[in-house]
Amino acid sequence: MSRLGTYTRRGFLIGSVAVAGGVVFGVRSYRANLENPLTAALGPGEAALTPYVKITADGITIITPRAEMGQGIHTTLASLVAEELDVDLADIAVEHGPPSSAYFNGGVVEEGYPFPATDQSALAEFARAQRDIPAVFLAYQITGGSTSTHDAYEKMRRAGAIARETLKAVAATRTGLPVADLKTQSGAVVLPDATRLPYTELAADAADVELADAPALRPKSEWRILGKSQDRLDVVAKSTGRAIYASDIRLPGMRFGVIRRSPYPIGTIRSFDATEALALPGVEAVLDIGTAVVAVATTTWAAMQALDAVTYDWTPPTYPADTEGHFAAIAAAFATNRPNSRQRDDRDVEAALNGAATSGAEVIEAEYRVPYLAHTTMEPMSAAALYQNGGLQIWAGTQGPTVARREAAKAAGIEEDAVTITTTLLGGGFGRRGEMDFVQNAVKVAIQMEGTPVLLTYSREDDTSRGPYRPAAIGRFKATVHNGLPVAVDVSTASPSILKGINDRGGSPASIPDIVPDFTISQALWDQPYGIENYRVTAYRSDPLLPVGFWRSVGASQNSFFHECMMDEIAVAAGRDPVEMRLDLITDDPSRRVLEAVAEMADWGTPLPEGRARGVAFALVFGAPTAQIVEVEQTPRGIRLTHAWVAADVGVALDPRNLDAQLISGVSYGLSAAIGEKITLSDGMVEQSNFHDYPPMRMYQAPPVTTRILENAPHIRGAGEPGTPCAAPALANAVFALTGERIRSLPLGDHIAFV
Amino acid sequence: MDITVNGTLHSLDLPDDTPLLWALRDGLGITGVKYGCGIAQCGACTVHIDGQAVRSCQVALGDTWGDVTTIEGLSAPDALHPVQQAWIAHQVAQCGYCQSGQIMQAVDLLSLNPTPTDEDIDQVMSGNLCRCATYPRIRAAIHTAASMMREA
Ligand code: FES
Ligand code: FES
Repeated sequence: MSRLGTYTRRGFLIGSVAVAGGVVFGVRSYRANLENPLTAALGPGEAALTPYVKITADGITIITPRAEMGQGIHTTLASLVAEELDVDLADIAVEHGPPSSAYFNGGVVEEGYPFPATDQSALAEFARAQRDIPAVFLAYQITGGSTSTHDAYEKMRRAGAIARETLKAVAATRTGLPVADLKTQSGAVVLPDATRLPYTELAADAADVELADAPALRPKSEWRILGKSQDRLDVVAKSTGRAIYASDIRLPGMRFGVIRRSPYPIGTIRSFDATEALALPGVEAVLDIGTAVVAVATTTWAAMQALDAVTYDWTPPTYPADTEGHFAAIAAAFATNRPNSRQRDDRDVEAALNGAATSGAEVIEAEYRVPYLAHTTMEPMSAAALYQNGGLQIWAGTQGPTVARREAAKAAGIEEDAVTITTTLLGGGFGRRGEMDFVQNAVKVAIQMEGTPVLLTYSREDDTSRGPYRPAAIGRFKATVHNGLPVAVDVSTASPSILKGINDRGGSPASIPDIVPDFTISQALWDQPYGIENYRVTAYRSDPLLPVGFWRSVGASQNSFFHECMMDEIAVAAGRDPVEMRLDLITDDPSRRVLEAVAEMADWGTPLPEGRARGVAFALVFGAPTAQIVEVEQTPRGIRLTHAWVAADVGVALDPRNLDAQLISGVSYGLSAAIGEKITLSDGMVEQSNFHDYPPMRMYQAPPVTTRILENAPHIRGAGEPGTPCAAPALANAVFALTGERIRSLPLGDHIAFV
Repeated sequence: MDITVNGTLHSLDLPDDTPLLWALRDGLGITGVKYGCGIAQCGACTVHIDGQAVRSCQVALGDTWGDVTTIEGLSAPDALHPVQQAWIAHQVAQCGYCQSGQIMQAVDLLSLNPTPTDEDIDQVMSGNLCRCATYPRIRAAIHTAASMMREA
């Protein structure tokens, strides 16, 4: 029995509602108090319909209420609807739609549940089934955690199926033919004599039809669109300069603002002098927005010049002034002996470690470190806003429009009803655009510039040197090895809390009390499917330091590095091949198969030419088992990455070519950070400011990446993040295999030269 | 200040030292050209001046020595440039933000070197960052565009 089947019985209704000139179809939720953002005046029962398909005489629009930040989600979501609706992707339009709690993302909440993805127990399944309820209340409409596909997989196909069956019912009434005799194809109901009744002509009557039952979803074997590579719906616009990002919003009378935040990332402005700045050509205002200064001018450039002419007095930093001080503060968290969480504690690690001497087991231990990281999305942060006649309009590339609307209202001191948000395309997200600062700040500017639309831009320097960042973190392990296998493994990690940071900055859908453990700290550390007899995973949360937030793959971005380098150290101590040893330990079948797949793809085990070596890593992350092999070569000028292989299991592969792109992107993002990215401090200020000192991977450094998608895992998953976590450990392990040097802190480029 | 962009002559009332990037984006509302770094590190702002790829963040409006072409002026919507066609065929774009600059740079590369090797491509295109790491597809698309242009 499918989960949705259960809901239907409980009154998980489905249907359609009239809109001007047509109809919207969706999933009517079990809570009647949800707003429906596309229908203004509806009866009480109808107000709970979540719209995904809008059909009017003018055409068919699919609402894709997730942020398109490069991952192709608009195309995938539209494909889910189109598959059941029988329309061609070329014939439909997509719209992000307004912020609404109706577009909740159940997948995000599920990631926070304390059940490993491999846990198919009744309790874990129950918790997963319940995931939508808190999500609705929290009005999550969040794009992140690779959850969009998973969240939409049934919802959007069902919306398409309902629309199709409803339109058939309209056609049946009009023609007097039985529904069973009608077919659908390419946007029309087809009669037995091949007459086509276009959906756009049937739509006006569709709102009156109530379906008795939810139509069954088509089996995979009948899919025409899903499971096959589709052209991205945004690819032409993005190849012709016509794609519109928030930075590209232009309105009549628009002015351009640039922000200068405190060089001490947690800090505010005490005073500033803008006399000189205001005398510069094109400069219209220099505003105090509380935490920062914003210059407003006739061009972005003029505003940047103005900011350079301002003299500032910032409040001093409240955190350690240099990088070492931050690591000392993080290390201190271990010493508190007050764990944030201990999500795994199998058998008796203490006894096994203590007994190692008598049992003849070898004990190894090590400490690993990762730095703060910036996201450096290609498009720096920006948002446009206009406040006039008591209403606030915002254009932003945000990963969380419902939270953004709340925060905008709060920053403006007005009701949420008075705020409209248009979600544009995102010039990269990686977690950074789940932050609310650029919306909050654009609103503060708009309020002071009432009546004038202002586009607020962060300079690359401000974006890079002020955060928020991926947390710096420390990982420690102690393990005993006996007869070629680990017997006891004790892993712990410490870092500042992302959830606390986001909560304090107003980015959380609901306020998170401090006592709630931050499971991102231990993400992908505690739930790895290795059968090790004594296995303990402890996470510590340090005091707040620099502002930290979500960064592609979140806690897994550091924890897989800790865990998988540890597994490599264990394999070396055990005298084992690192793939074979992992295969001996992995208890989860889909996980074992991705590791086998990647080993086969890379021909693991066959001798390599002189001067080459490989490293491997595995992670179960965001529910998707992923394995990676990276190959490196010693050249006279340094180490070159020659190839990477990645195998990931996403349960159901909806769009193979897009999944390939996502995995390559994720792997490369992780390799880029592992080779050369770091945020460091001196004198309380971040030392990196732009791409010359925060160098992302360039084309000449990027190795070819071969991908394989598997479909053995029980749940459908996204692929935007799973490629990232294994990149650093696979590369570090390859470097060890090549040089014999075990590098335990990132970036690796601090220790060895890469070409 | 007079400037010809995509075949149209514009008069702009901006200081001479305004970078061409901002003159185009904010003065003329031509937004296909992107801001990524402002310091010649990313290539997102790449346009052509008299057919040659330049970083528009590094060219002052007053120094603009010829006719400017941005991605919007590269081709007509119904007759895309072979490089754009190849970009679409290979589904290169992810977030897409860097792609205007990548395409303008690739067009310049192919006009100078109609049969580039992987190394040639790496060398010329490494000035253009892509945080989504579309690099393998960019490389493939440039080879495809090269053969399309040879056959044309
Ligand atoms: S914006 Fe000109 S090179 Fe980056
Ligand atoms: S496609 Fe996103 S930066 Fe290149």
